[in-house]
Amino acid sequence: MTEQDRTTVDVTTPLEPGHSSPGFLEKHLRAGDFTVTAELSPPDSANPEEVFRRARIFDGYVDAINATDGSGANCHMSSVAVCALLRSAGYSVVMQVSCRDRNRIAIQGDVLGAAAIGVASVLCLTGDGVQSGDHPQAKPVFDLDSISLLSILRQMRDGSQFQSGRKITCAPRLFLGAAANPFVPPYDFRPLRLAKKIEAGAQFIQTQYCFDIDRFEQFMTSVRELGLHEKAFILVGVGPLASARAADWIRKNVPGVHIPDVVVNRLAKSENQKEEGKRICIEMMQQIREIEGVSGVHVMAYRQEELVAEIIEQSGVLGGRTPWSPR
Amino acid sequence: MQLVTQNTICQSARVARQRANCRKCVKSGRVSASLKGIETTPVYRVRRWAARHARFFESFYVAFEAVLIFLHPLLRRIGYRRLERPVAAMEKLAKGFLFDTQMCGSCTLSATGMVCPMNCPKTMRNGPCGGVRSNGHCEVKPEMKCVWADAYAGSLLMRHGDRIREWQPPVDHRLKGSSSWLREIRRKTGDAETGDVAE
Repeated sequence: MTEQDRTTVDVTTPLEPGHSSPGFLEKHLRAGDFTVTAELSPPDSANPEEVFRRARIFDGYVDAINATDGSGANCHMSSVAVCALLRSAGYSVVMQVSCRDRNRIAIQGDVLGAAAIGVASVLCLTGDGVQSGDHPQAKPVFDLDSISLLSILRQMRDGSQFQSGRKITCAPRLFLGAAANPFVPPYDFRPLRLAKKIEAGAQFIQTQYCFDIDRFEQFMTSVRELGLHEKAFILVGVGPLASARAADWIRKNVPGVHIPDVVVNRLAKSENQKEEGKRICIEMMQQIREIEGVSGVHVMAYRQEELVAEIIEQSGVLGGRTPWSPR
Repeated sequence: MQLVTQNTICQSARVARQRANCRKCVKSGRVSASLKGIETTPVYRVRRWAARHARFFESFYVAFEAVLIFLHPLLRRIGYRRLERPVAAMEKLAKGFLFDTQMCGSCTLSATGMVCPMNCPKTMRNGPCGGVRSNGHCEVKPEMKCVWADAYAGSLLMRHGDRIREWQPPVDHRLKGSSSWLREIRRKTGDAETGDVAE
């Protein structure tokens, strides 16, 4: 695979059978590889080099990079722009789209444009409430929710039309994703909600941080009973915790992150908390890999991105495979 | 397992309600200031009471719909357009009192555990977001029980609670404030003029 092939967009090339996008994330997942994605936190800067610098540290370790869309309701460089920059260097990207800031007109336009610059995977999110970010005074949009967004994007792809019914001359070729959070109530409803997302068009799932393997096993048992693991690829969210204090802060302040006391206590008791946080993450990845129905991991190492390569290397989840990188 | 969840939901709600009502608790600070906010407002308490009696309201709705469908010829004679405003006002009063509904015009009450999903700060129509707190409360309004936790608990009580698994299309914002009762009868009776009220 040459760099030229990775960066050019040719909408006329036929897709591989059974694929809905030309993306590498879909290729790896459908090939049955244990796939690794990582989250890139977009810079608060207009300098493109900052985006590349943040992407480079993942080189050779991840199959696709998630570009977040105002994560935690904080303002950063837009996910479309980050994707455009990363695509120009040939990276596989997952564009995150949140319903908090834009209505259906803006989102559909963005997705069409993103497909034109070679974005193949889109993660549909409802988004955090504005109260959790740096602009709590902003107007929350929430014109759509993640499930209606999925259905609209699927209609754009498969039906070549906008939600209004107006025709799209060249449909975007997308691999559609959604998020899942098995770690917050109502627990029994979570697998059903996942089923809804898959019914609405989700082909891959990236979950919230998993620190509670028992809870996750329970969730996966229901998922397997419903046969959902055969209808969508599930990538489990993991990440290192910097310290017991950081863990405690995260679980109290970041919406939807559940960190059990066992983990926080283990961190608090250790001599080198940062190292212990890394070890917990690695153990978690190895345990997750053994669970039936899991297709990969999604590494979110907020402000600890430099650890990602090390963690993936030591966990051995890639099984000797080296994902593509521009270098 | 489902029963356990439901019981915990009801129990924690009952405890919170009792505390909010108890002057001693309020004075001694066992009830946080925020809890005194929405927990004690009548609309919130009535809407949660309605969710706990979802089975009754489900049956009531079925009967009520049958009556309206029976009245369809009469309603058509009067004229749906003429009825729109008074019926919408009545609907707002009744449903507003019982379910604190927001009159989105695309009512899904019977598919969402007799809980109006538009009370969710993110107006989620297809299930709870990933931000629900460990106590089952809302990410945006910490003093409020997650609308979808109540909806799921309500659906478990209902005869056709499985309808919570159906996915709801995005809201047509033009229909806001219009009567979903009239729209539903016209849809069910195949009335020729079925169309968007806002048009």
